Amino acid sequence: MSSAEAKADRSPYLAHHFESIEQQEESCTLGMWLFLAQEVMFFGGLFMAYAVYRYMYPDAWLEGSGALSIKIGGINTVVLLVSSFSMAMGVYYCQIGNSKNLFRALLVTLFLGFVFVAIKLKFEYFPKFAEGLFPGDGWGPHGHYADLASFGDQGALQIFFFLYFVMTGMHAFHMLIGFVILVVLMVMTKQNKFGPQRFMPILFFGLYWHFVDIVWVFIFPMFYLVT
Amino acid sequence: MANDVVQGPDFPERDYARPEVNYLNWKQTVSSWLLSQDHKRIGIMYLVSISIFFVVGGLFAIMFRLELLTPEGDLLQADTYNKFFTLHGVVMIFFFLIPSIPAVLGNFLIPLMIGAKDVAFPKLNLASWYIFMVGGTIGVIIILVGGVDTGWTFYTPLSTSYSNTHVFLAAMLVFITGFSSILTGLNFLVTIHKMRAPGMTWFRLPLFIWAHYATSVIQVLGTPVVAITVFLVGVERIWGVGIFDPALGGDPVLFQHMFWFYSHPAVYIMILPGMGVISEVIACFSRNRVFGYEFVAFSSVAIAIIGFLVWGHHMYVSGQAMYSNLVFSLLTMLVAVPSAIKMFNWTSTLYRGNVVWETPMIYAIGFIGLFAIGGGTGLFLGATGMDVPLHDTYFVVSHFHYVMVGGMVMAYLAGIHFYWPKITGKMYSQPIAKLCAVLVFVGFNCTFFPQFLVGWLGMPRRYHSYHPDFQVLNVMSTLGASILGIGFVIPVFYLGWSLFYGKDAGSNPWGARGLEWEVCTSPPDPHNFHEIPVVTKEAYAYTGEETLSV
Repeated sequence: MSSAEAKADRSPYLAHHFESIEQQEESCTLGMWLFLAQEVMFFGGLFMAYAVYRYMYPDAWLEGSGALSIKIGGINTVVLLVSSFSMAMGVYYCQIGNSKNLFRALLVTLFLGFVFVAIKLKFEYFPKFAEGLFPGDGWGPHGHYADLASFGDQGALQIFFFLYFVMTGMHAFHMLIGFVILVVLMVMTKQNKFGPQRFMPILFFGLYWHFVDIVWVFIFPMFYLVT
Repeated sequence: MANDVVQGPDFPERDYARPEVNYLNWKQTVSSWLLSQDHKRIGIMYLVSISIFFVVGGLFAIMFRLELLTPEGDLLQADTYNKFFTLHGVVMIFFFLIPSIPAVLGNFLIPLMIGAKDVAFPKLNLASWYIFMVGGTIGVIIILVGGVDTGWTFYTPLSTSYSNTHVFLAAMLVFITGFSSILTGLNFLVTIHKMRAPGMTWFRLPLFIWAHYATSVIQVLGTPVVAITVFLVGVERIWGVGIFDPALGGDPVLFQHMFWFYSHPAVYIMILPGMGVISEVIACFSRNRVFGYEFVAFSSVAIAIIGFLVWGHHMYVSGQAMYSNLVFSLLTMLVAVPSAIKMFNWTSTLYRGNVVWETPMIYAIGFIGLFAIGGGTGLFLGATGMDVPLHDTYFVVSHFHYVMVGGMVMAYLAGIHFYWPKITGKMYSQPIAKLCAVLVFVGFNCTFFPQFLVGWLGMPRRYHSYHPDFQVLNVMSTLGASILGIGFVIPVFYLGWSLFYGKDAGSNPWGARGLEWEVCTSPPDPHNFHEIPVVTKEAYAYTGEETLSV
């Protein structure tokens, strides 16, 4: 085979340094899973801190968890799980070459992601900021959270809310990164960049999105369901 | 070069009529370097960057070694001294030791050694360098705006509550630079798994590759933990409250656990690639297959695994439970076993080998001696009873410099001297280089051996003044540091000289074995291989008949 033929034989999606599409796909898949492994370790540090302090301050955990709304958290859990489903449908539509439905699926995923963050801000973060549940100088539970003010160990309670804000915040930050990638993928979908020949980017973003969901699936019972 | 047909994102079609085209000269614009996705050029970019950081870190060391000439604090104020040793540690660890061999030699050599055209993710590789440089820029900013004084370990609550220096910037630096390291490790793991040439089975891989594989596992699994830990320190710094805050009932020792969970394995990120280089050099200059290849290969993996389980030996005096101390102490003894296996196998490789005393070999033999002392004193410190009086003395300082400078820097210099003809195509002056290697060895021992003694006598680390009784040993140490400094500067000149006036090295001046020597030209083609080679031989297939052409 001459080098011109060899080049004509190469898929346009095959990068110059790979020998075959299989090698490229296997490499990308392994790379993605390794990325997720480092994400697990990244969140792992926070889960470790959570475990230590929950063991040290079980009462503060009961008290703090009681102030979180299971209803709001539950609704958000459902919203996220449905967005995971729509993302999975997106991967399916991409693989069967239905770009129109792929776009719709990505749009639904993005919309549900927005809903999650909006609910989080409106019904969880903002009232807590306003009513003194943010650890630090502004700490001083009042309003809806006045009950917490009478709890003996305010320090441990602040640690609970510090972890609550850092862990849910880090989770939300991962969703914001996901929004940016989703928009890019939607633009690329409109340009017909994806199809049965090239679905890895969608598949990998799906893995990322499911990972972020699973983190929430752990965070939800750890903070909301202690009582 | 108008007649180059661009095939990949930035590669020329191989031009058979012009074999003199190589990765260095095929295109020479600034953007062809700064936007290059070629692993070889990225390796060179790392080489230049970390050399600059090494000089910066070295300047801090010169300053505090001069301060320590006299027992009184006369050259530097206590505050300045604290900042200087902190910045020395931060720069040397995050910007020299961790990236040195993996990012420079690993980047350059891994694809060549396994028979690939590039690493698996060339763009990510370039991104790693940029992330590294963003971290480096923050480092420069920290130095310019007034430094940081917590020690490179950032222990809480000093770092979170009491220090008035730029801890937040330093936390950002560690966080960002960490991701450069993670992405490099990820890239190497995928490259080693998926990009090997046909016939390049796992047990035909050079031991350099095994060492980098183990290193990469630690980089990917360990570094995110320190990233989130320093993130929490940064948050606590900004909000004035956090989970390490004792005022709330937080536990500063938790910080130490989370910090050392990465930072102990990180010392293996620093030393394992050096061990990889030593395997290559010892085999080549003994004209012998590395004795017990499989044991050396698996000892790298064993170090990576056990290395994750020994972090508590930094915390014997932190109030950690006695039973934890016992377990960590036992595990620390265990991690010494694979390191010892390597040492025994390298020395056995020399036995009945055809030993050739070229420059890289002098560094490698120096490594074996110094690492034996560094590792052996590590066992002193890993023993709970012994550690208590030695903790936070110069004995510890000397121990880890024996491993990091005597081990890692010697291995790095061995690697640079070994692969210089491959990287540049030029040979440097052997007599000067050999003399310089001896100078480094002597200077190193003069600097750090007195520190063992002074630490044993009880001189604590991290103070700018000390008891007058310790002066003789400190003066010896500073004199040694001057010799060592000269030894580090001279290679810049003769290696630089070789670039312009050195004679052409040829593709295999050492008579070494391996794809990078036997198939690639010097300097390598932009594509590495114009045809992917098929591997039929074991690694290190030396016969003892190889000729040297230096």
